[in-house]
Amino acid sequence: MEMRSPTFKANAHKALHDPNLQQALGHVRAGFIDKRQKAVDALPEFEALRDNARDIKNHTLAHLDLYLDAYEEKVIESGGKVHWASTAEDARRIVLDICRSVDARTVTKGKTMIAEEIALNDFLEDQGIEPVETDLGEYIVQLRREPPSHIIAPAVHVTKDQVEADFRRTHTDLPPDRDLSEAQSLLTEARGVLRQRFQEADVGITGANFLIAETGTSVIVTNEGNGDLTQILPKVHIVLASIEKVTPTLEDVSQILRLLARSATGQDSSNYTTFSTGPRREGDPDGPDQYHVVLLDNGRTSMLGTHYQEMLRCIRCGACMNHCPVYQEVGGHSYGWVYPGPMGAVLTPALTGVDKAGHLPNASSFCGRCEQVCPMRIPLPSMMRHWREDEFERHLSPPTFRWGLGLWGWFARRPRLYQFATKFAMRVLGNLGSRRGRFRKLPLAGGWTSERDLPAPQGATFQEMWAERK
Amino acid sequence: MSQRDTVRSAIRRALHAGEGDATRDAAVAERLGQRPRGIVPKRGDLPPAERVALFRTMAERADATVEQIGKTDDVPEAVARYLRDRNLPASLRMGADARLASLDWSGSPIDVAHGPSDGNDTAALSHATTGIAEIGAVVLTSGPDNPTTLNFLPDAHVVVIDAGDIVGDYETAWDRIRVATGDRTMPRTVNIIVGPSRSGDIQQTILLGAHGPRNVHILIVGEADGG
Repeated sequence: MEMRSPTFKANAHKALHDPNLQQALGHVRAGFIDKRQKAVDALPEFEALRDNARDIKNHTLAHLDLYLDAYEEKVIESGGKVHWASTAEDARRIVLDICRSVDARTVTKGKTMIAEEIALNDFLEDQGIEPVETDLGEYIVQLRREPPSHIIAPAVHVTKDQVEADFRRTHTDLPPDRDLSEAQSLLTEARGVLRQRFQEADVGITGANFLIAETGTSVIVTNEGNGDLTQILPKVHIVLASIEKVTPTLEDVSQILRLLARSATGQDSSNYTTFSTGPRREGDPDGPDQYHVVLLDNGRTSMLGTHYQEMLRCIRCGACMNHCPVYQEVGGHSYGWVYPGPMGAVLTPALTGVDKAGHLPNASSFCGRCEQVCPMRIPLPSMMRHWREDEFERHLSPPTFRWGLGLWGWFARRPRLYQFATKFAMRVLGNLGSRRGRFRKLPLAGGWTSERDLPAPQGATFQEMWAERK
Repeated sequence: MSQRDTVRSAIRRALHAGEGDATRDAAVAERLGQRPRGIVPKRGDLPPAERVALFRTMAERADATVEQIGKTDDVPEAVARYLRDRNLPASLRMGADARLASLDWSGSPIDVAHGPSDGNDTAALSHATTGIAEIGAVVLTSGPDNPTTLNFLPDAHVVVIDAGDIVGDYETAWDRIRVATGDRTMPRTVNIIVGPSRSGDIQQTILLGAHGPRNVHILIVGEADGG
């Protein structure tokens, strides 16, 4: 997909003025936040599981080469094939070669963020192979020719009425006067259309939530069952996974599974957790004849051993974006690449370069909610801070920003002057804004006041209030 | 250099790890050998009868329907009743599971077919390998006994589980599966299934009956006893 992170500010501005998007984003709170809290409260061991999950992943990352070796050995033992890919291009070529080897014409796809990362759909289409998304949300965004805007709810930015319009536009062989006013009728229609596609597909491509070193197993977690139909009906199953998905044992995966669904959708467990080991075996009446795993690096090894290594613990639950005040306002597309929200703000610069994605780690108020809810205890705000530092040190931040920071730094190093200047400014602003309590417009603050009022200071500085309370 | 070597050596460089580091090798061998269980929630750690009750509560919370029957021989009657109550056609597809092989369908109105599903079946019958009480899941393993397509293609999925096969947590379920496979390898597919298929992709509202079964009906056979 086209990288649009460099225009984050313009993207965000557009998003704030998009009434459909703003309506759709309203569903995030009810859909995710409250449910997660309820599920977490119902499991007393949740915090202890978070600690253990963090430790499991840290241990795995410290021995990543060895666990990948063990995993590969087990996949081969069970009759599967492992393909290593350094770059997105390598991974695309591997997938194409497998598809070509069976003369594939259509490929069904379970939900996979790695396929988004390597822009697989456009590539397959260019090669004359039709990719069919089967996760309802992915299917909707594919019909709209859009990228997903959320890692677990790809169509969270789309309203029900928009889905209806998309179905009427594309499902032209169905009666035009059919009733699609209810969400359930939309779901039933998609089920019918995709049933056919599942049966026709030559190759099924899924992602993997985990790869298990102990057994050579890939794991997918879904609610719809689309990933399962994708992988059991065609002759060939291709698993796309990045290298950090490897986890030592079934027990270790079980620890993390207890966090994943609760953090993602507030379920105790997703409906379907599926463990796949190799292709169809002797006597098996169903299942794929070929089982391939593409292990993708695409920049992850360059995160190992750096400030950003901990990001490789991420299990893609989406809790950080669900709880992010910035994501809630601007939606996922504003971030301009595959991974939105706080996890995207850390991962995107690592995978695509901070020169292109520098706006993302700056689009945070550092409120810290992402870190509070991250099941893997990834210190997202401090990693965004590292990116800001990297950006500054490499002279990538804009001149006005550097000038402003320099000015602030000059004052901050002179505490008396700083206190005097802030005291003066707070008094003046406090007086000016005392009548309304807020400013509709303020010189140099247009970026803020064009979207909302700026609260007027109460007249005292933070340091003054701090000293008073001590 | 192969892609494999490129990726592996990049990892080693980043981790400052050399080839054949005995300490690292031992750490990995130890974890894979000992398989530490970690934090197992107390929720599922219950006496047998309460464990079955928890399984039932959790499965129903995930929109499965559950019925307890006295013995496996009662399955045909329970299935017939279920299909009738749901207004589903009196036909059923099942695999070759030995535990269901002796069922007598002769007195039943149900038309029974065997083997995997091609997508034209309205109902299927499977036997679970084990069940996980903490989440209300049935665990199904692939093979001629219980073809995986039966778990996903038919509209209604009836799953038989012996009360004694319901365990408290994931970890105990893995122990059971390892015993069943002789600890050699995983079954090709292990499906942990909690209730019917659903989607929240339209306006984040959960709707049942996405791509998989619209109804999951669990028949718990007998009473759990012992440990």
